[in-house]
Amino acid sequence: MSLERDDVKKIAHLARLAIDEADIPGYATNLTNILNLVEQMSAVDTDQVTPMAHPLDAVQRLRPDEVTETNQRDHFQQHAPKVEDGLYLVPKVIE
Amino acid sequence: MSLHNKTIRELSEDLHNKSISSVELTQHYLDRIEKYDSQLNSFVTVTNDLALEQARQADKLIAQGKATALTGIPIAQKDIFCTNGVKTTCGSKMLDNFIAPYDATVVDKFNQAGAIMLGKLNMDEFAMGSSNETSFYGPVNNPWNTDCVPGGSSGGSAASVAARLVPASTGTDTGGSIRQPASLCGITGLKPTYGRVSRYGMIAFASSLDQAGPLTQTAEDAALLLNVMAGFDTKDSTSVEKDVPDYTANLKQDLKGLKIGLPKEYFGEGLDSAVGDVIQQAIDTYKKLGAEIVDIELPNSGLSVPAYYVVAPAECSSNLSRFDGVRFGYRCDDPKDLEDLYKRSRGEGFGPEVKRRIMIGTYALSAGYYDAYYLKAQKVRRLISDDFKQAFENVDVIMGPTSPSVAFKKGERSDDPITMYLSDIYTIATNLAGLPGMSVPAGFAHDLPVGLQIIGNYFDEARLLNVAHQYQLNTDWHTKLPDGFK
Repeated sequence: MSLERDDVKKIAHLARLAIDEADIPGYATNLTNILNLVEQMSAVDTDQVTPMAHPLDAVQRLRPDEVTETNQRDHFQQHAPKVEDGLYLVPKVIE
Repeated sequence: MSLHNKTIRELSEDLHNKSISSVELTQHYLDRIEKYDSQLNSFVTVTNDLALEQARQADKLIAQGKATALTGIPIAQKDIFCTNGVKTTCGSKMLDNFIAPYDATVVDKFNQAGAIMLGKLNMDEFAMGSSNETSFYGPVNNPWNTDCVPGGSSGGSAASVAARLVPASTGTDTGGSIRQPASLCGITGLKPTYGRVSRYGMIAFASSLDQAGPLTQTAEDAALLLNVMAGFDTKDSTSVEKDVPDYTANLKQDLKGLKIGLPKEYFGEGLDSAVGDVIQQAIDTYKKLGAEIVDIELPNSGLSVPAYYVVAPAECSSNLSRFDGVRFGYRCDDPKDLEDLYKRSRGEGFGPEVKRRIMIGTYALSAGYYDAYYLKAQKVRRLISDDFKQAFENVDVIMGPTSPSVAFKKGERSDDPITMYLSDIYTIATNLAGLPGMSVPAGFAHDLPVGLQIIGNYFDEARLLNVAHQYQLNTDWHTKLPDGFK
């Protein structure tokens, strides 16, 4: 298989990554090569194989539904790029 | 003998019998970092003042008789572990100014044990790389030949220990990131069983594979570090609720009757024959120690790199979606709208390899492709894991080379991701199966170190450490120090 310029643009959009126009051919080549490497898996028949989601086949542990976190908003927001009155600031979303 | 030629066990004895103080020991290593790290670039941050303050506290504990084996011992953390109040960059521009608001459990445990943190170690960006060349802070040089890479992603962790700028360090291993750099730098590295060490506060790359472990001079030191690092943690939902043995307890056991499996797939095409010869000599040493050699097969191991390059990128694309330029980390200048903020913050904040992996993962998880890629990879992962299960019915440990070659020249593989990915061909299967693995210095090829890989069954770290320790009692490869750092 081979990824084209438009494929790369679409994937970059889905991943919310701005990439330079000049870099697109390079990404197309590299991503195509990686997908071709991955393609080797199709040589094996895995119809009867159970997918492995966890090395020890563990399942999500549950805990009692109790509040264990304390409010540390100010502490956490110290390193945010832009905050005001405890809110995270982003460009205007609704006109 | 100079302080930095001593192991942690020896330094610990010196501290306990008060022939040195932790402040003296810490200053000795800080001086070495100051003197030598410009040649290596292994540290992103050196925490001089904090280290000396911790050392003064440690000396008090020792005076009060409250010391543990690691009290007063300097170590350094891979810059993937969050440290409260100290910058945590993960080797990325994205986190260039990030100061975590809390400590990773691993960091917390070392603090509780009274260990000293000398600083934070350079690494491939977000642990994605096998050469440490993807770091925003520049490549790390291999102390055995500074034109060569130290391996990755824990390149700073391996190079700093190899040059004895620190007695031991921490690393993380998603596809070989502890074992491969340990091999290329001639030191001991251990990746524990998946879930053995808490991942809390360890910046996530591929959550079903990531595991933390120690990089040390000796297996005995690795046992001392793992004693502190291992254990259940309610803050990590994948950590395993299982008792932690004393990993030093079995070190002295002899190896008579130990069954060592040699997978034929690890000795075939692609292996540098000079590396193969070194591994063969190591196997011969084990034979002399009474071990029995069994030829085994891991027929699906050839599929481990393809399966890994779906599972790891898929999970990374999901994990790294948190870097959005809003809550923490890098934000682009003058975003014109929210989408522009996301796209440019991520586009400018991440380096090329991280972007490649996010895109591969995004593609593999996108509508219509999930079954063909991620589900298929999970099935192949099961086959790879079953191969190991079968092998461990007949053998106690599996051995082979850690890496198909010795350290390569900087720049040699950085333009071709596939060649770079194949550096981890012998280590990745272990991560996919979730098994513990080690790399132990076994000699030299082309004047550069070669690592012997030892793979164990689930939670069999004590046996791995025993097998490695017995080898180190009978060889001296682990004591070799690169010229120029003596």
